[in-house]
Amino acid sequence: MTIAIKNAAIIACLGMFCSGVFAQALPGVQLKNLDGESINTRQLLTEGQPTLICFWATWCSPCKRELNNYAELYEDWQDETGVNIVAVSIDDQRSIRRVAPYVNSVLWDYDVLLDPNKDFARAMQVVNVPHTFLVNGDGEVVWQHNNYSDGDEEEVYEQLLKLAE
Amino acid sequence: MKRVFLLAASIGVVSAVAYGQSEEQSTGSVTGNVQMLWQSYSEDPVIGAIVPPEKTGFNAYGNLIYNQGGFSAGMRYESYLSAVLGFPGRFKGSGIGYRYARYADPTGKVDFTVGNFYEQFGSGIVLRSYEERALGIDNALDGVRLILRPVNGIEVKALYGRQRLDFDSRLINGPGTVRAVDGTLDLNSLLESKGGLDWKTKIMLGGSFVSKFQTGGTIAKDSLLLELPENIGAWSYRIDAMRNGWTAGIEYAGKINDPNADNGYTYRNGEALLFNLGYTQRGLGISLSAKTVDNMSFRSDRDVLLFDLPINYIPAITQQHTYNLAATLYPYATVISGESSASAEIFYSIPKGTKLGGKYGTKLSANFAAANGLDTTQLAGVEGVVYGYERNSWRFGPSKFVRDFNIQISRKESKNFKWKYTFYNLEFNTLATPVTTTFKGIVYADIHVLETQVKTRKRQSLRTEFQALFTDQDKGDWGTVLAEYTWSPHWFASVIDQYNFGNPDPDARVHYLYGAVGRIDGPHRLSIGYGKRREGIFCIGGVCRAVPASNGFEINFSSSF
Repeated sequence: MTIAIKNAAIIACLGMFCSGVFAQALPGVQLKNLDGESINTRQLLTEGQPTLICFWATWCSPCKRELNNYAELYEDWQDETGVNIVAVSIDDQRSIRRVAPYVNSVLWDYDVLLDPNKDFARAMQVVNVPHTFLVNGDGEVVWQHNNYSDGDEEEVYEQLLKLAE
Repeated sequence: MKRVFLLAASIGVVSAVAYGQSEEQSTGSVTGNVQMLWQSYSEDPVIGAIVPPEKTGFNAYGNLIYNQGGFSAGMRYESYLSAVLGFPGRFKGSGIGYRYARYADPTGKVDFTVGNFYEQFGSGIVLRSYEERALGIDNALDGVRLILRPVNGIEVKALYGRQRLDFDSRLINGPGTVRAVDGTLDLNSLLESKGGLDWKTKIMLGGSFVSKFQTGGTIAKDSLLLELPENIGAWSYRIDAMRNGWTAGIEYAGKINDPNADNGYTYRNGEALLFNLGYTQRGLGISLSAKTVDNMSFRSDRDVLLFDLPINYIPAITQQHTYNLAATLYPYATVISGESSASAEIFYSIPKGTKLGGKYGTKLSANFAAANGLDTTQLAGVEGVVYGYERNSWRFGPSKFVRDFNIQISRKESKNFKWKYTFYNLEFNTLATPVTTTFKGIVYADIHVLETQVKTRKRQSLRTEFQALFTDQDKGDWGTVLAEYTWSPHWFASVIDQYNFGNPDPDARVHYLYGAVGRIDGPHRLSIGYGKRREGIFCIGGVCRAVPASNGFEINFSSSF
């Protein structure tokens, strides 16, 4: 009996949800950047230009490999496709003080945001890091990838070129 | 179940209204994710792996979020049939473990949530509700939260709720009620009209007050019959400042008498002092911090322990290690009853094109963290029974809990080859953080890790790790070898062998061999693994849980849309 009611409730929810559109737009969450300024995640996008949103943490080795590899290519990518990279750290209170020193020491030129209680990560359905989203100039998520292995930057570049066409 | 119906109905009504009002606006969107973890178990008496009666474990989660304009609603369906080993075994059945509806005004001035939510005040020292799904940790609040930002630079949060404790085909909350308010003041934004945003110095102030209510009663201690307080308050004040690459922050927190299972039901007040200082410029970063936390365990049920119902969050001072031996053998966790701790860290990049830096630059980092017990004097007689001890200073006490020094150098030699070397020196008190049952005292260990990565062909690379831990205590020396081959962007295969070659007992010199293959397709990820895994500590983002030894298959699937 309870199970039947439960399923009915879930189906009701799902049915209602289904009348919407299955597309991922950027949710609005208030986060801080490394200068202590509050930023609404909806302000991250520049109209007409692609944005690459990368969820990472200082304790996540593949995340750092990914963003260090992108860093070497970032200038070229920007010239060719106008892409802006936003690195969203999910470091919590244990390691949040390491983010700014680390980012500056490895010379990243990304916009870096702090998401210590994973509010933005949760809203973006991030299960684990690294998780990378490519958002087009209209604010739609057009490509995403969970995990990073060396060489994935070539896939990102191809996706960026596709958008630039 | 009625509650779920009500929520579904209310979400339906709200979204119907929203649809009605916003025909010209865009339609809403739905996003979601799914995670599944399946394990099979085989017995292995050598490593202590057991087979539960069900023979397999299965955890699954599905999240859905509906968004339209400022409105969102979401839920998580959870299944534990039965929970995989290492999770709280009492989690069972399938049902909805999290649901909420939220409206955030597009101007950001008003934001309210009904149902479940996660929240953190300041550093979390008086309030943090959060989840670490992979560890089975979830202390979500269930109630109502209101966030107001009346003018630029002022944010006020207020909430009422109970916390998630358990899951038995539905969400089960703990007995206590949490009531809390937090205010932050961003002086620069507030004084925007006076040019505040252009000031070189940035200042942020904050304060929180959290109160919990739980039905009282009495407790017998020695010959005393003591009344348990029903309302417990905790508070904190904080200030953060930034200028020209410098950052500094200080936070003080207090809590009135809160007899609970963590402090042996003593009536002493709690106190904490946190301090941090940082400096960074291009190529260099330095971070210092110090923290004394005394009797600040704060839960919405005074009788629970470990991961259950924490209202606040006290992270460990040590770095979160990622290499297998450093991360799993002796990971430090905060001693919840009290500790004094400090850490220092430096990051530096030797510029590329220099003699030392090489063609691509060389990255260096060093980290030192230390924690001791508090500097206290035990009280005598009745005072001792009621209050326990008194603290003499904020400084380190005589009992050493941990020393953790590590240094890392990483360098890219060519387009196709890079390497990283890490050295750790550890002194680890297993009485303070009981991660092992085979040794009580201080473990002195050195760990060496060499990681290499070779690009073998276009989009293919081989990554290896060679790790060794040397110690005369506990289980002796360990080695780990890992090899991982990736075909970007879709496939990976890895094999790891952890070997306790220096165990004083020759029969316990066991190999823990584990292999996995997986495929990634955008947001979808499937991996299949087989092998033995050591009993040990599994940590994510600063929180650790003990997992039992296991032997068998594991299948993991996750996807989001």
